[in-house]
Amino acid sequence: MAQPRPLGVIPLGDSAAYVEFSATLDLEVNSIVQRLGLAILKRKVPWVRDVVPALGGLALHFDPDHPEFPAKPLEEALAIVTDSMKQALSAKDNPGSEVVLPVCYEPEFALDLAEVAKKAGLPPQEVTQLHESGEYRVLMMGFAPGHAYMGGLDAKLTVPRRASPRAIVPAGSVAIANEQTVVYPYAISGGWNVIGRTPMVLFDASRTRPSLLWPGDRVRFRAISRAQFIEMAASQ
Amino acid sequence: MSIRVLRPGLLTTLQDQGRHGFQRVGLCPGGAMDPVALALANALVGNVPDEAALEITVIGPELEFERDALVAVCGAEFQGSFPHNRPVLAAKGTRFNVGRATRGARAYIAVAGGFAVNPVLGSRSTYLPGHFGGFEGRALKHGDVLRLRDDKAVERFSVLKKTKDGTVKWSAPPLTLPDREPILVHVVEGQHFASFDSNSQRAFFDTVWRVAPDSNRMGFRLSGPPLGRPQADEILSGPTCLGSVQVPPSGVPIALMADHQTTGGYPRIAEIASADVARLAQLAPGGKVHFAKCSLEIAGELRRDARGRLESALRGIAWEYGEKNRP
Repeated sequence: MAQPRPLGVIPLGDSAAYVEFSATLDLEVNSIVQRLGLAILKRKVPWVRDVVPALGGLALHFDPDHPEFPAKPLEEALAIVTDSMKQALSAKDNPGSEVVLPVCYEPEFALDLAEVAKKAGLPPQEVTQLHESGEYRVLMMGFAPGHAYMGGLDAKLTVPRRASPRAIVPAGSVAIANEQTVVYPYAISGGWNVIGRTPMVLFDASRTRPSLLWPGDRVRFRAISRAQFIEMAASQ
Repeated sequence: MSIRVLRPGLLTTLQDQGRHGFQRVGLCPGGAMDPVALALANALVGNVPDEAALEITVIGPELEFERDALVAVCGAEFQGSFPHNRPVLAAKGTRFNVGRATRGARAYIAVAGGFAVNPVLGSRSTYLPGHFGGFEGRALKHGDVLRLRDDKAVERFSVLKKTKDGTVKWSAPPLTLPDREPILVHVVEGQHFASFDSNSQRAFFDTVWRVAPDSNRMGFRLSGPPLGRPQADEILSGPTCLGSVQVPPSGVPIALMADHQTTGGYPRIAEIASADVARLAQLAPGGKVHFAKCSLEIAGELRRDARGRLESALRGIAWEYGEKNRP
């Protein structure tokens, strides 16, 4: 594709900026965003503390107390992104690894399955079958450590988020909204529709590789029974 | 060589200046809700600004010192017979019985030398949602024993002129405490500000918001009129930042605080100037805040001013100790 141009640079307050390439999800744009993220990290800009590839653009988080922090950080952030574009485009597409996540779709864990089935006009069993047969790709990490936004959800399962987020979503909950699926790594508040639960630990700060999923990973789900769930959860 | 927890208080956690560099995998920097007060508390006992201290919240703990320790409490004012904003030598057997906050919501109890806990991913901050960092990844409980690292604090403290009650005459300034409520917090317009209806845009700046009871280290929910968008379309999830104010479809704005999510799918109506986040963190549930719009340039000036005030206070503390005794 042609070299994508940023739509703009949006301040996230005075200590971060979001360089936006697309206001809608475009998988090709996202692939370039992933490669841009790596290219910018490699530059090791001293006043850029964090680079976060997102669905439609990149966030650069600043260290505003750094002596080299520029007077016009938005302009500088945009320049860093455009200067990294050539390197990003010449890089290989993000070589993510393949991950298979076991999921129990039984009613005890599928808190919003009935609601989703109603909205989608499908029997609940078809909802879970469509979810399980999908091939997904990590498009963005965020919201919580190890929490991956995955693209590739069947269009028949396109439902909005809940009107009001749940105060607590149980750890491991597998949820959907829009055209994506996520897995909640911890018991936290969240607004996606929960249709199952995985016994896997998504993020463990003491592991050498703390996150189970990484940007660019290809992910599949495999249905397991309640008994398998309990057994696998116990061996974690 | 330790501190014993006789009563944990409402929410007492170890926090430093946060763990940076992991937002790519969704881990927020976390750390002290009021990093300014933490830096002052550390300076008062001769620690580096990034040392971990106890963050106490609204109702303080009761602690017993099992050895002599140089201690400082900075941030919110709490009931109890210990000095605020001044270093004090807590002799072995001393008990700090910290009551309720009387002004502000959070204070930092720094101990010279710091707490002997291992850093996780480069920081000693407690990340409660992930159950890691700090002391066993959790808030303190009755009976916990916190080990302290060795320190030469007693000699350092001995150079200072003392009052009768064993502390010093000077004190660090309370840089982040509200003089009155509502506090004024500066914001720049968020990415989706224009998509809110004009009543909501006005209401955001005209309302005296209250910090809702279900607020925590992740975010402050703000009670007031519900905010709405004429076209309630879903937006593409994108990155967020400390101080982002997002509005879910319920219309209740949420200001993202230290343990915030790194991305979010709700429209962001505003972004709080970084200089004012620590001041907002000093509001307890029920506390009042109103927002004033500012430019990015002004937000930068506010940040440099706040930084200047902190550095000036830190220089003052170093001067009292005499530069040669500065670690």
